[in-house]
Amino acid sequence: MSIPNLTPIYLDNNATTRCAPEAVTAMLPYFTEQFGNPSSMHSFGAKVGHATKGARASLQKLLGAEFDSEIIYTAGGTEADNTAILSALKANPERKEIITSTVEHHAVLHLCEQLEKEGYTIHKLKVDGKGRLDLDEYAKLLTDKVAVVSVMWANNETGTYFPVEKMAEMAKAAGILFHTDAVQAVGKIPLNLKDSAIDMLSLSGHKLHGPKGIGALYLRRGARFRPLLRGGGQERGRRAGTENVPGIIGLGVAAELALEHMEQENTYVRALRDKLQAGILAAVPNAFATGDVDNRLPNTLNIAFEYVEGEAILMLLNKQGIAASSGSACTSGSLEPSHVMRAMGIPYTAAHGTIRFSLSRENTEAEIDRVIAAVPPIIAQLRKLSPYWGENGPVTDPEKAFAPTYA
Amino acid sequence: MWDYSDTVKEHFYNPRNAGALADANAIGEVGSISCGDALRLMLKVDPGNETILDASFQTFGCGSAIASSSALTEIIKGKTLEQALEVSNQDIADFLGGLPPEKMHCSVMGREALQAAVANYRGEEWKDDHEEGALICKCFAVDAVMIEETIRANNLCSVEQVTNYTKAGGGCSSCHEGIEEILAKVLAERGETFKAAPPPEKKVPGKMTTLERIRKIEQVIEKARPNLQRDHGDIELVDVDGKNIYVSMKGACAGCQMEAATLGGVQAQMVEALGELVKVIPVKATAKLAPNTLPA
Repeated sequence: MSIPNLTPIYLDNNATTRCAPEAVTAMLPYFTEQFGNPSSMHSFGAKVGHATKGARASLQKLLGAEFDSEIIYTAGGTEADNTAILSALKANPERKEIITSTVEHHAVLHLCEQLEKEGYTIHKLKVDGKGRLDLDEYAKLLTDKVAVVSVMWANNETGTYFPVEKMAEMAKAAGILFHTDAVQAVGKIPLNLKDSAIDMLSLSGHKLHGPKGIGALYLRRGARFRPLLRGGGQERGRRAGTENVPGIIGLGVAAELALEHMEQENTYVRALRDKLQAGILAAVPNAFATGDVDNRLPNTLNIAFEYVEGEAILMLLNKQGIAASSGSACTSGSLEPSHVMRAMGIPYTAAHGTIRFSLSRENTEAEIDRVIAAVPPIIAQLRKLSPYWGENGPVTDPEKAFAPTYA
Repeated sequence: MWDYSDTVKEHFYNPRNAGALADANAIGEVGSISCGDALRLMLKVDPGNETILDASFQTFGCGSAIASSSALTEIIKGKTLEQALEVSNQDIADFLGGLPPEKMHCSVMGREALQAAVANYRGEEWKDDHEEGALICKCFAVDAVMIEETIRANNLCSVEQVTNYTKAGGGCSSCHEGIEEILAKVLAERGETFKAAPPPEKKVPGKMTTLERIRKIEQVIEKARPNLQRDHGDIELVDVDGKNIYVSMKGACAGCQMEAATLGGVQAQMVEALGELVKVIPVKATAKLAPNTLPA
């Protein structure tokens, strides 16, 4: 529900991005004229096969991969994550341990929780208050019992980077496969997988202005692999199922565009993000940016607003045509705040009120100015309703000031 | 974004009776900031006739928590305390044109705040009897604590039984894995191993003679008795009158706080066994019920 005549402002690009018009245009013929199955032995198939090869080369370039054959197309980031971890376990059946972190995406965490029930040991690396890992703790866990390390490149809520290149080298030295969920990082920061020790990397098309329903797993040549899906011989037998050809074409174009706009992402978008952060924090008391703010994605800003709840903020922002997202519990139907905020030890007084603003190259300075103007009255309005906020600020010791009559 | 009704949105964007009530003489506080939901309900009660003259709220919570609080204050203003206590969380949800299943806890919080406020006015201590756990069944808004307690109280051992007693799992089936995990945990506590039951046989409805029907009803009762007897209770068949099956709850089952859940489970099994809608009625409640009333 938005106020009429207000142009919507989209600041939820870590959830999904608008598919680039160039990608859409490129995809269209593959629904109509170029509808052949790339596996078919006739000219309809051959033309399509040739086009998907071109798209693969574009993605190879974006990732800085040595060979285009190192790319396996999947239905998205989740499938890529699942494939990487399950493949590593099947390829190394004698190893029953996995190393990951407490702040991973649910595509990794929920899979690990299931694997734990099946008898695997999961080591979840803890993070500090800024969402940073302790590499000494990591080093101690690198034993010959570990089948795979799976750690995200950049956190989807805070944007905080993990030192994955260094961690991959440490894993390699210990003879352990290394996977990174780079869904948020791909397209936003320069990558050079060829010169890294990373064995597997997941990405998703719709996070970089490509279409939804397409992703990829980078698999270093020579790394042991077992397919998740078996059937036909597509993707060199590593991912069965007829290819999502329009998606692959769209992702290829999105990869080209991402490379073209990489510098803009790290200058223009970063500057807009920093302006948004400074503008909001200057106007709203009892608010702070979460995560490692000096070491994060250029487009991501996560602010914790104390004593108010995230979903309520989102609804009021939405009324003004501003789309963001929240790690708050109520948006997911449970009452627990985001596992990322809890892992960082963000107190409940703030964890429930986190809002993630994730920008893209399509945002403008005028939009950022409008958001900076909109947020302070929204927070003030909700704090007026809150039993934890008094006339002049937060009540002293809110847990005591608000004392339910039951234990 | 949740699919909120227009009324929910209206009460969220324009909450009624928000803020502190200076001359409140009844205050109910429920929830906490760690839970992510907190509500302070303030009432001005006329001591002469115990009518609620004014009501206001302060809420920390999501859109539906604020809307539920606003709705509650509108519903109870002008009511006596006794009338207000009749207001259920479903009444709050209905007033708002419904709430998503995941948000029903917001209406429960409203009802609890009301009970706490009335207790506060009367100088009593109000005890929360609702321990909310993770939401397992989103179709029917049943949480883990409810499922665990029902499994323990009734010695349940299958997802089908849990569905019969709590409704959890009776909708989209996406929570069956979660229910099985709870079953495995509770069964392990009593030294048993959970085994997934084979899918139930599909019953083909057919006509039964009166004798066959009575025998089926007796079989269901007999099947339920050992579990109840283990908890020092029992159930007896008293009479069958068309769609109404009258039973008597005995021993610890009589007046037990889980009696309604037990009867609900027996009724669900009756419906399953007979292939028709019937109502299982405890004999003490017969006077209150209209004859031939079918279950909702």
